[in-house]
Amino acid sequence: MDALMSFGQGIFGGAWPAVWTLLKIVVIVAPLMLSVAYLTWAERKVIGYMQVRIGPNRVGPWGLIQPIADGLKLLLKEIIVPSSANKGIFLIAPMLAIAPALAAWAVVPFTDTLVLANIDASLLYIMAITSMGVYGIILSGWASNSKYAFLGAMRSAAQMVSYEISMGFSLICVLMVSNSLNLVDIVNVQNQGRFADWGLSFLSWNWLPMLPMFLVYLISGVAETNRAPFDVAEGESEIVAGFHVEYSGMAFAVFFLAEYANMILVAALTSIMFLGGWLSPVGFLPDGILWLFAKMSAILFLFLWFRATFPRYRYDQLMRLGWKVFVPICIVWLVVVGVWMMSPLNIWK
Amino acid sequence: MGSMKEIFNSLFLKELLKGMAVTGKYFFARKITVQYPEEKTPQSFRFRGLHALRRYPNGEERCIACKLCEAICPALAITIEAEPRDDGSRRTTRYDIDLTKCIFCGFCEEACPVDAIVETRIFEYHGEKRGDLYYTKQMLLANGDRYESQIAQDRELDAPYR
Repeated sequence: MDALMSFGQGIFGGAWPAVWTLLKIVVIVAPLMLSVAYLTWAERKVIGYMQVRIGPNRVGPWGLIQPIADGLKLLLKEIIVPSSANKGIFLIAPMLAIAPALAAWAVVPFTDTLVLANIDASLLYIMAITSMGVYGIILSGWASNSKYAFLGAMRSAAQMVSYEISMGFSLICVLMVSNSLNLVDIVNVQNQGRFADWGLSFLSWNWLPMLPMFLVYLISGVAETNRAPFDVAEGESEIVAGFHVEYSGMAFAVFFLAEYANMILVAALTSIMFLGGWLSPVGFLPDGILWLFAKMSAILFLFLWFRATFPRYRYDQLMRLGWKVFVPICIVWLVVVGVWMMSPLNIWK
Repeated sequence: MGSMKEIFNSLFLKELLKGMAVTGKYFFARKITVQYPEEKTPQSFRFRGLHALRRYPNGEERCIACKLCEAICPALAITIEAEPRDDGSRRTTRYDIDLTKCIFCGFCEEACPVDAIVETRIFEYHGEKRGDLYYTKQMLLANGDRYESQIAQDRELDAPYR
């Protein structure tokens, strides 16, 4: 590593730190994009299996080349800009949708040392950045100058704002018990406690003492990424394709990438906040990045499972769930955790 | 008390978990996909596919130009013109089926008094231009000649039910 550093320093001189950071960004984004591609494949396979079908199996063995073929198809297609659309915003909107989904990865820790930017307020950064994702959707709906797209954008805006609140509340609970906004610290705190001392660290992770918050976060995460059963923003049967109805070719593909990148991000965050990130569930196995990937995969599988199982929420039911169920649960549990921490039974010292 | 139970059930996601149990079970179920070009589902002998005009074993065409099929066709896909042949028998000079109009209801087949127009089991045909799916008398007779053994066998199987 030191040799690589001095080698880079020799070639790039003063620009080396910037080049080194760029390299690290590529190392994160390239596998991320590949996982996005294969998440679409996994989704089609898993949903197919749950519908007693076998899913894509023609392009390559088990259909493994299918996402590449889809990508090539979308690349070659024309991007049609509707004549009455606001062209500039129309083309910027997909980028606004994908930028936050990628930017949030800057602070996501893969292990306690493997993190692009180990900043102190990383939780705050995540909450700020993921909230920006809604702009891409609102602007695309607005710029399309189409009724369906506009309806989808409006729905999406209301939904994201509602679920952001319960998501924030559940993260506040995590923040209270971890006493830190740093994601690395949040994971390390989960490795302490009576069960962790016994070698059963999976019982020390945040999901158990904060089970309601874990569920609220997971479900809000599904809602935040506009996934079924919360996909009212693109509800095919009611508003055709919602906010991206006017998009084609690569512009559409970017929205698609953003949605799946967001899914992976929510899976990573859930693993880090509630499932102990890279920590091994039992004492006798070593910690490592593979645990994080395993937890993320399990949560992503849940996402696909939800989509194969649940019908779409009606819009008023969705709002009811967000405001009348999740927000009260969050506030109650916030108080419970607060009292718990002040009581002699506090387990997070 | 009932409403408390309801709240309890919904908070613990009881019904959602039940639903997921169903899909989770089917995830491991045996898949029923028929991989089409290699595998095919069984066909009935009453399958209504591509049309054909049949002949008698001596080579004489069956159609007597009664135009019952033309009259019953709900999609007006059949066009028939007829005049007496040199030997005095009544035969068609034109018998066209526009397969882009046809709805494959099988009424023509049922209306036919001499079993001349039939629908075969063939469904894997295509046209590259719209006109390619306009079948003329020659094409329909050729279909009949090509698939006669299959057609005869299917009529035989269906005979007890007619």
